Amino acid sequence: MTFEGWALILIFAALTVALAKPIGLWLYALYDGRRTPLHAVLGPIERGFYTLAGIDPTTDQSWRRYAVHMLLFQVATLLFTYAILRLQAVLPLNSRDLAGQSPDLAFNTAISFTANTNWQSYSGETLSVLSQMLGLTIHNFLSAATGIAIAFALFRGFARRQASGIGNFWADLTRVTLYLLLPICLVYALFLVASGVPQTFASLVDATTLEGAKQSIVLGPVASQEAIKMLGTNGGGFFNANSAHPFENPTALTNLVQMLSIFAIGSGMTWCFGKAMGNTRQGWAILAAMMILFLAGASVTYWQEAAGNPNLHVLGLTGGNMEGKEVRFGIAASALFSVVTTAASCGAVNAMHDSFTALGGMIPLFNMQLGEVVIGGVGAGIYGFLVFAILAVFVAGLMVGRTPEYVGKKIESREVKLAVLAIAILPLSILGLTALSAVLPQGLAGPLNKGPHGFTEILYAYTSATGNNGSAFAGLTAATPFYNGLLGTAMWLGRFFMIVPILAVAGSLAAKKYTPETAGSFPTTGPLWVGLLVGIILIVGGLTFLPSLALGPIADHIAMVRGQLF
Amino acid sequence: MLTDIKTALRPALVLTLLFAALLGLFYPAVITGLAQTFFPHQANGSLIRENDRVIGSELLGQAFATDRYFHGRPSAAGSNGYDATASAGSNLGPTSQALVDRVKGDLAALPQSPDSDVPPDLVTTSASGLDPHISPEAALYQVTRVAEARGIAADDLRNLVRQHVQGPALGFLGEPRVNVLALNRDLDRLNARP
Repeated sequence: MTFEGWALILIFAALTVALAKPIGLWLYALYDGRRTPLHAVLGPIERGFYTLAGIDPTTDQSWRRYAVHMLLFQVATLLFTYAILRLQAVLPLNSRDLAGQSPDLAFNTAISFTANTNWQSYSGETLSVLSQMLGLTIHNFLSAATGIAIAFALFRGFARRQASGIGNFWADLTRVTLYLLLPICLVYALFLVASGVPQTFASLVDATTLEGAKQSIVLGPVASQEAIKMLGTNGGGFFNANSAHPFENPTALTNLVQMLSIFAIGSGMTWCFGKAMGNTRQGWAILAAMMILFLAGASVTYWQEAAGNPNLHVLGLTGGNMEGKEVRFGIAASALFSVVTTAASCGAVNAMHDSFTALGGMIPLFNMQLGEVVIGGVGAGIYGFLVFAILAVFVAGLMVGRTPEYVGKKIESREVKLAVLAIAILPLSILGLTALSAVLPQGLAGPLNKGPHGFTEILYAYTSATGNNGSAFAGLTAATPFYNGLLGTAMWLGRFFMIVPILAVAGSLAAKKYTPETAGSFPTTGPLWVGLLVGIILIVGGLTFLPSLALGPIADHIAMVRGQLF
Repeated sequence: MLTDIKTALRPALVLTLLFAALLGLFYPAVITGLAQTFFPHQANGSLIRENDRVIGSELLGQAFATDRYFHGRPSAAGSNGYDATASAGSNLGPTSQALVDRVKGDLAALPQSPDSDVPPDLVTTSASGLDPHISPEAALYQVTRVAEARGIAADDLRNLVRQHVQGPALGFLGEPRVNVLALNRDLDRLNARP
């Protein structure tokens, strides 16, 4: 471990916190339906969209209508992308004559991008320019905007008093896309191009290397996709190697900016929540709990990766674990990226998590199992976190013997049941499907590595899919009908079996009266509350997933230090 | 419920098409237009041309096998490595017998140097399989071999390597590194093929 490495981690954490208020202010304006300076330019587009689609943005929707409209939009965009992927061979902008995807692969890919997961069963180089732009990039925007819309709806549930509606899905979706994601991406994509990320409709150049061999170089509109891939915590790389590929992430500076853009909106959402509740300290308390969990994870992974692999030290190598890492990033920036991308639900990678040391790779896995509530995905992070906050006030209420309250709303049986339902989908899908795959021959055919590490590859895949992360222990051969089908299902369950109960919570809370804070209320801003939140998240995640971790990364670690190979 | 679904159909279908046009066509087209106008070199892959022939990209590593050149890292991209149509890492885990066997093989193929340990990046695969860089130590480790193959003084080569070392940006961003292709091109200028 080096001074520069720790400096990077701490500077990164400080920048994340510094972004919370400026981004949060902008988010709050969109949450509240206020006019922004960009309305002068983009307002006509927004109104035009509403007119053509027959939308009245001022209509307030009940939670049921909000949920149904959201779901139908997901299905429509899902089918659109499925068609593009299947028909790739006959559609334009396919100068390399690439074939269309098979039904199971297109099913998996279309769900993957709709559900903000960007799990990649395909290799990025096998998609045409059109498939990348029209099939995938649109979901990078729309799934991110959907996540933020759901979070806004939940905020309204807490903030409104005896109301029947939680906002308008179409208005939330359109405003977030037009006034937040698109403008940032315009600037961000150009920064990436200036740094070396390609942006062209040409897709292949042949080079003759110094030694006279042929090297075919795949190009494309990389920067425009890269920007929203990071900002929207999508994570689906233009290339197979994702943000490790020099064309996606050419320098240490782009690497820092990519990591920051993963956390930027999630960090801003905490501030926006506080503001929407009329007390920004509520937001800071959440961000504090998140940063504690984040720094703990980053420290463990950095420590383990810097310590290196004893099985290679025996051969005479010294130093940290460089297998599956790029020289321009080194150990610290690779370890940090892996923790950032799994704390949020991004899933982009700048190093191969499969080749991490056993415990270094366990942290990304555990981050996802905690529900990706450490900053988390755009929108998804804060609504997931608020589910844990509901559980935490419930536990606190049991301890002091009062009806729990949170930001002015009584938390009663219905909210707690729905919160548990939203959390329960994680173990059901992750552990259930992992167990199934670990006994069936089609499942066991997947892992590249043998021994406990092979089990971890399967566990990681279902954790990543259910958590809508998209990163992988990429040794797993997942492009089979078996894995495409089950992982696609896991992605859909993990996304929408969480979102629908959360919208139900929003509807239930919105209908309640405001309960003013009294001297007897459990305070939800101070250190005690932050400690309780961290404790609840770790206890729920730990109790649920420790047995599976013991079979995978922990057994792998013990084997690693004993020098046992598989 | 039925009303909910009915009222959703038109917005869902129309917005899918409108957003597809805006985000899937217009947005990438605008970025491409701006990129090609203001940053044409980067936008087209930072290609290196010599006598109108493309010899590679500044950002991508390529395979070097002969003793006359500095070698990059082992690569898992494609079957022969450095395949820019199939970027990939090895994905071998820390307890993998295959990993240990591969590293052993690569170590045996390297000339042993009594003065320094083998730099780890020289026997480990990168994440992309296209890593254009090696550490300064990994470049210096190869100086004796390249100097002998080319018949030039090892000290001259060491100086060349040192000129190619890029340090961290702002003092903490990134690791010291050497771009192997850039170094080898300068090597050819210094000492052309006989």
